[in-house]
Amino acid sequence: MTALDFSTTLGNAWFPAPIFTASGCASSGRELSQFFDLSDIGGVVTKSVMMKARTGRPTPRMAETPSGMLNSIGLQGPGIDAFIAKDIPFLIEQRSRIIVSIAGETVEEYSTLARKLRSVSGISAIEVNISCPNVENRGLVFACDPEASRRVIDGVRRTIGGELPIIAKLSPDVTDLPSIARGVVDAGADALALINTVLGMVINLDTMRPHLGGKTGGLSGPAIRPIAVRAIYQVHADMPQVPILGMGGVTSGKDALEMIAAGASGISIGTASFGNPTAIMSIQNELKELLITKGFTSIRQAIGFAHRPEEV
Amino acid sequence: MALINKNASQILATVVSNKRVGQYHQLIINIGDLATVCKPGNFVAINVGGENSRMILRRAFAISRVSSSSTFGGTMELIVAPHGQGSKWLCARNEGSVIDVIVPLGTAFGIPTEPVQVLLVGGGYGSAPLFGLAEVLNARGCRVDMLLGASTASKIYAPMEGKRSVNSLRIFTEDGSMGQSGRVTDPIRDLINDMNIAVIYSCGPMAMLSAIDAITRGTDVVHQCAVEESMACGIGICMTCVLPVSDTEGNITMQRSCIDGPVMDGAHVQWDKVGKAL
Repeated sequence: MTALDFSTTLGNAWFPAPIFTASGCASSGRELSQFFDLSDIGGVVTKSVMMKARTGRPTPRMAETPSGMLNSIGLQGPGIDAFIAKDIPFLIEQRSRIIVSIAGETVEEYSTLARKLRSVSGISAIEVNISCPNVENRGLVFACDPEASRRVIDGVRRTIGGELPIIAKLSPDVTDLPSIARGVVDAGADALALINTVLGMVINLDTMRPHLGGKTGGLSGPAIRPIAVRAIYQVHADMPQVPILGMGGVTSGKDALEMIAAGASGISIGTASFGNPTAIMSIQNELKELLITKGFTSIRQAIGFAHRPEEV
Repeated sequence: MALINKNASQILATVVSNKRVGQYHQLIINIGDLATVCKPGNFVAINVGGENSRMILRRAFAISRVSSSSTFGGTMELIVAPHGQGSKWLCARNEGSVIDVIVPLGTAFGIPTEPVQVLLVGGGYGSAPLFGLAEVLNARGCRVDMLLGASTASKIYAPMEGKRSVNSLRIFTEDGSMGQSGRVTDPIRDLINDMNIAVIYSCGPMAMLSAIDAITRGTDVVHQCAVEESMACGIGICMTCVLPVSDTEGNITMQRSCIDGPVMDGAHVQWDKVGKAL
């Protein structure tokens, strides 16, 4: 077999494989561990955790759409203390690499979450989710506001110190994504997670009202993949040195390679796991074979390959 | 928690038969040895639409019965109403079709350790898993009475052979086209008063489950219900199929109907808060 260096890095964090779960699509790994060994993938990105336990939005929380789905969960979760006490030890026991995703309602809450995580060992990186669309007040989507995005990342960076990589998760629902990306990188983000779900809505024709309990929801799945590829390509073109964790509708090794060629250093699998709990493993295997077939000897060679100069 | 699905496997399974029964389809699917670990109340998540489908989510169906000794090896029976695109696709599968299934999923009905008296209440095709449950309860020595209801006769699912495991079966239709005219919940209060019912098992629309809870509240009757809420994954990771449920200390949390259910204690479900923000 051809030697392929399948490892990747996000900031100073090293991972043996480039495929990850996506935050909010794998809980804290327990349920998927019934179907494959969590240590076999790059790592688990846990569901965005907040300071306090949160019940989330009312049902219906889901609507299937053509090649996609809307979700309106609203960050249901156990709160940071229970998460650190129960979920981190489980993942460590599984020998999984861990990226903890955090979400706050205020700039200060993000810093407090970072402070709680600073002393926890076994974490490879922190994903700062500033782009969850399922919050009551759209003004709270920090990633739609360049200044608010900077302040959140700056606060987390100051709290966490220089060691642990920070991955800022951004929304595609903005006019100028590269400028927001530049802002969070200037503020101390080591890497970017692109993209969060796209804000959407379905009207129920029986009730003639919005179908979801939360009215709007986040669109995910293959329907949004071209948006994700474009976002990754744009940001990589602007800042080729900044690693990107790419996501948005990846369901096959080909889809993953497309995003890597656009500029992603790693790929998160979200909605595909809902339809197929072993999707992550098959995507990882397909990607490995595809890279070898195409003559790459490392992931690094393929990252941003679509940006190479025209051959003459 | 996740240990609930410890027997679950994702397999390619062959459709052994597909028959129309009233407004429903009865599908028999070969699942090999997995049939031996399926319990009444468990469900299956099936990939629909084929490889290039725009339907990306699995569809969940209650397992109505399993047989581990058929000529085809282990099989499961599903009773499917061709409502939406996914279930229509499944009902169009011919004998010999291969489908991607994950089975068995979710919590099962609790079976009493003593041969107590039980009442089974089914609404529409929700009656299907109750016949498999009746066989198990019957083998335990329980007296099993069954009430089935639907809006109209063609929506009643009550196979001849299923009746063997029940001591009595009464059918209710809202339009009076079969059995007694009325709702399946109408006789429950009198039955609780007249008979020594220890457990009510129910499966059907949420409004029916809620109505049964209103009747059993304040009595000693245990109500085990199989809930339904639209789900994306069926394995506990998407958090869409939640219901408000109280724990023993009275704290209300959103529990997943796929992995913390579908069988839940009806007294713990906060029926008045379903679909509302907590």
